[in-house]
Amino acid sequence: MSEKLRIATTSLAGCFGCHMSLLDIDERLLELVEVAEFDRSPLTDIKHCGPCDIGLIEGGVCNAENVHVLREFRQNCKTLVAMGACAINGGIPALRNSIDLRECLTEAYIDGIGVQNPQIPNDPELPLLLDKVHPIQEVVSVDYFLPGCPPSADTIWKFLTDLIAGREPSLPPELVHYD
Amino acid sequence: MKTITIDGRSIPFEEGQTIMDAALAADVYIPHLCHNPEFTPHGSCKLCNVKVNGRTCSACTMLAAEGQDVINNSKELNDARRAITQMLFVEGNHICPGCEKSGNCQLQALGYHFNMLDAHFPYFYPRREVDASHPDVLLDRDRCILCELCVRASRDVDHKNVFDIAGRGINAHLIVNSATGKLADSVLEVDDKAVEVCPVGAILVKHHGYEVPIGQRLYDHHDIAEISLMTEGGGSDE
Ligand code: SF4
Ligand code: SF4
Repeated sequence: MSEKLRIATTSLAGCFGCHMSLLDIDERLLELVEVAEFDRSPLTDIKHCGPCDIGLIEGGVCNAENVHVLREFRQNCKTLVAMGACAINGGIPALRNSIDLRECLTEAYIDGIGVQNPQIPNDPELPLLLDKVHPIQEVVSVDYFLPGCPPSADTIWKFLTDLIAGREPSLPPELVHYD
Repeated sequence: MKTITIDGRSIPFEEGQTIMDAALAADVYIPHLCHNPEFTPHGSCKLCNVKVNGRTCSACTMLAAEGQDVINNSKELNDARRAITQMLFVEGNHICPGCEKSGNCQLQALGYHFNMLDAHFPYFYPRREVDASHPDVLLDRDRCILCELCVRASRDVDHKNVFDIAGRGINAHLIVNSATGKLADSVLEVDDKAVEVCPVGAILVKHHGYEVPIGQRLYDHHDIAEISLMTEGGGSDE
């Protein structure tokens, strides 16, 4: 039997909704693990990505760590996929893009209603925030886009089965949604 | 009966009809966004670009004339229309998952129609003013595509002239006719045609968000071509 495909996944500035949707393929996961195994992913807790066939990126790029992770994925994955609205256009986190970052942080951590011990978090362990939330294709080149917030399990399944079978992935209209 | 051909099909027209009018009457869908058959054509969104005897024209403003050979549903035109739709997405702030119009929005439905999976161009993330001053109507300019349907409706149907476009090019923006520039101080009322006509989520009626569940919204299971011909086509009541 030929070696299994390797799939890596990560959530950058996302809510893990796309990963929940991936798990939502339910018993088809068993079919998937027949032909593929997971490399770096919240599902395996592997910390760094090795050479992979497919990388699924959830979420846009909102901080310095996201940039590092995304580049690691691009370097290691033959096919890189923007999975979900946030990876494609920044999504809900990008609502902050038209607001000055300091204004945002001040509202959230200093002036906001009910804030106790007001201070902007500044621990050296925290990755630095970027001025704006970026779609991932502004940082690395992306091979495929899977829209949806999240893309449905059927959308993810159709895409993966196309790709794994060596077909050009195509999504019929009922699987294309931006919400 | 005078006729034109659209994609090889013979389509009858009456004097004074545009190519769009003739097409809709014959249940031929030409994609459009700033056009609404109830109003004077505006010709600004360019989604209805067709080739007429080899030259590109807007179907909503071009009068039908004997001898016209119109190409509508070609790969070249649909590629250009997809690119225009993508430009509309990056020029504003369209975060569909957080928009009340989602599922009922014509811009989004056109994205689906053209199988647009990403916006291709870099996002502008412009800073646009939200006007929440009116008790019953919200104006979120983040999603305004400058189609001027509200301008036309307010002027021609409501006879109130509440809206207009100011500024040029990328600085063009919707303005409100009131002393403060705020909607609350204008004569706009929630039942005005100008409120109903917005094809996107820029003008929204307050207190009525997310009433139709996902799966039952206008474009959840129907392509915009189908809905357009049902509501604007020859077989519709209009
Ligand atoms: S107006 Fe339409 S395209 Fe824009 S965010 Fe709302 S649903 Fe999406
Ligand atoms: S508010 Fe709506 S109807 Fe008015 S110009 Fe903008 S998109 Fe068009």
